[in-house]
Amino acid sequence: MSLKAAYRGVGAKRPRPTVAQRRANRDGWSMALPITLIVLAVIIVPIIWTFILSFQEARYSDVARNGMFNPLTLSNYTDVLTSAGFWESLWVTVLYTAGTTIGSIVVGFAAALALRGAFRGRGAVRAILLLPYVAPVVAAAYVWKVMLNPQYGVINELGTTYLGWEQSIDFLGRPPFALLTVIVFEIWRYFPFAFIFFAAALTGLSRDIEEAALIDGATPWQKFWHVITPQAMPVIALLTLLRLVMTFNKFDDIFLLTGGAAGTQVAAVRVYDQLVGSSDIGGASANAVLLALVLGAGLTLYLRLTRQKES
Amino acid sequence: MNSFRIQTEVFRFLKWALIVFLLIVTIFPFYYMIVMSFVPIQDLLRNPLALVPDIGQLTLDTYVRVIAPEGDGGFGFGRFMLNSAIVATAATLLTMLLSVPASYAMTRLKFAGRKQVSAMFLAVYMFPAIIIAVPVFVGFQVIGLGTTLVGLTIAYIALTVPVSVHMLRSYMLGLPESIDEAAMIDGATRWQIMRKITVPLSLPTIMSTALYSFMIAWNEFLFALLFLSAKPDLWTVSLGLTRLADGQEVSRTILMAGSVLLTLPIVIMYGFAERWLTEGLTVGADKG
Repeated sequence: MSLKAAYRGVGAKRPRPTVAQRRANRDGWSMALPITLIVLAVIIVPIIWTFILSFQEARYSDVARNGMFNPLTLSNYTDVLTSAGFWESLWVTVLYTAGTTIGSIVVGFAAALALRGAFRGRGAVRAILLLPYVAPVVAAAYVWKVMLNPQYGVINELGTTYLGWEQSIDFLGRPPFALLTVIVFEIWRYFPFAFIFFAAALTGLSRDIEEAALIDGATPWQKFWHVITPQAMPVIALLTLLRLVMTFNKFDDIFLLTGGAAGTQVAAVRVYDQLVGSSDIGGASANAVLLALVLGAGLTLYLRLTRQKES
Repeated sequence: MNSFRIQTEVFRFLKWALIVFLLIVTIFPFYYMIVMSFVPIQDLLRNPLALVPDIGQLTLDTYVRVIAPEGDGGFGFGRFMLNSAIVATAATLLTMLLSVPASYAMTRLKFAGRKQVSAMFLAVYMFPAIIIAVPVFVGFQVIGLGTTLVGLTIAYIALTVPVSVHMLRSYMLGLPESIDEAAMIDGATRWQIMRKITVPLSLPTIMSTALYSFMIAWNEFLFALLFLSAKPDLWTVSLGLTRLADGQEVSRTILMAGSVLLTLPIVIMYGFAERWLTEGLTVGADKG
C-alpha cells in the first residue's frame, strides 16, 4: 500500500483503467447517481450544515439572509454545556434508551421462544403481535393517551374499581410515572421488531444440539440458558446496536405522549423545543451535534466491549 | 416429580401465559380505539368501563364529522387522507425507481467509489431525523420547498432509501451472478440485465420493500409537522390528527375515529403482505 501511495505521490501517471473497469464505472454511476445525490442533498449536506450552524448565533432570519455564512462563535456550545436542562435531558435520554432497548429485546426474545413450537393459529398470533410496530405512531400514542386519562381512561377506571387504587394515577403528567409510561409504550411498540429478528434466528438454529442436550439430561432452563441464548447472542448484539441508535434520538413518541413534560424531556424533544419554541437554530444545532457525539462515543464503547468479549 | 418435569410444566405454563398476555396487550388498544370511535361521547364519559358497546347506541356521526371538509363543520380528514396517499405513493414509487438500479449497481458492479457510497448509506442510519431536521427545514424554506408536498416527498425518499437499499441488496446478493454473466456474453447491457432478469427475480423483495417505504412515509410525523404546520390544506393524516388532539373542544371519540382512519390503510396493507414484510426486514440480518 505504501508503495502504491508513494507511486502516486510522485505524480506518476496512474495505470489506465481497463475497458471493463471503465464500463463498470459508467454503468455503476448511471445507476447509483440519482439516489446518491438525493441522500447527499437531504442528509449529508444537512449534517454538515448542522455542524456549521452550531458555531453561529443564527436565528431563522439570519439563515434566510446569509445562508451558511454568519459570524462564527462558540457561545452556543458554552450555553448548551452550562445549562442544567441539557444535562438533565441527557440523563433522561440515557434512562429512556437503556430501559427501552433492554425491555424490547427481553420481551421480543421471550415472545419468539414462546412461539417457537408449532401450534394451531401460530401464524395469526405472529401477525397480531406485529400490530404495534406497523401501526402509525400518532394513532398508537393517542389511544394510549385516552386509555390512560385520569378522568375517563379505562386503565384508571379498572385500577380504582378492581385493583383497589385509592385514586386515579396521572400516568403521563406526574414525574416518576410519566417516564416509566413512556418507556413501557416504547417497549410495546418495538418488542415486535426484536421478535421478528429472534424468530428468524431461532428457525435457523439446528435442533441437533438441543436434542443432544436433552439426551444429556439438560433441563429446559439449562437448555435455554446454555444452548439457545449463546446461539442468539449475535442477534442480541445486532438488536442492541439498532435499538440504541434508533431510541437515542427518538422524537415522535415522547413528543406525542407528554410533549416532554413531567420529567420526560429527552434530548430530541429539547432540540425541537429550541428550534421551534425559541427559534434558536444555533443552539438547537449545537445540541444536536453534542447528541451525535455522545451517541458516537457510546457506540464506540459498545463495539469495543462486545469485540473484547468475542476475542 | 423431578426437577426436569417440574421445569417443563412451568415453562409450558409460562409460554401460554405469555402468549395470552401479549395478545391482550397488542389487541386491546386497537379494539378500544375502534369501540370508542363508534360510541357517543356521553357514553364514554358516563361509563368508561363499557368495553362492549350497546349495538343500538353505536353511531357513525364521528366518522361523518371527521371526514367532512372544514367548511361543512367537519375536520377535513378526507383531504388529509388524500394528501397522505399522494405523498406516500409518490415517495414509494420514486424510492423504488431510484433504489432498485442503485442496489443492483452496488451488488454487481465494482465501480470506483462504490465503497464510499455504501458507507454513506450506512452512515445515514446513524443520523436520525431530528439531527437533520434543523437544516432540512431551514434549507427547504430558503429554496421555497418548505411548505409543499413536493418538499415532503423528497425528504421521505431520503428517509426510506437506506432501508430500501439495504433490503434490496441483501436479497440481490443471494441471486446467482452466473445468470448476469451469461446474459453479458449474449450481449445484454447492465441496464437490460437489471430490467429483464434481476427485477423479475427480486419481485417479492421489491414488493415488500415498497410496502415498507410506504409505511414509513404514511406513518411519518416529524417532517410533516415541521414542513406543513402553517398550511392546513396540505396536512397529512398524522399531522391533522395531532392538530385535532390539540383542540380542546374536540371530543375524544372524534380523535379515536381519526386514529382509526390513520391506522386502517396500513393494517389492511399489512394484512395482505405480512409474510413478505417480515421476511424482507430480516433478510441479511444474520449476516450483520
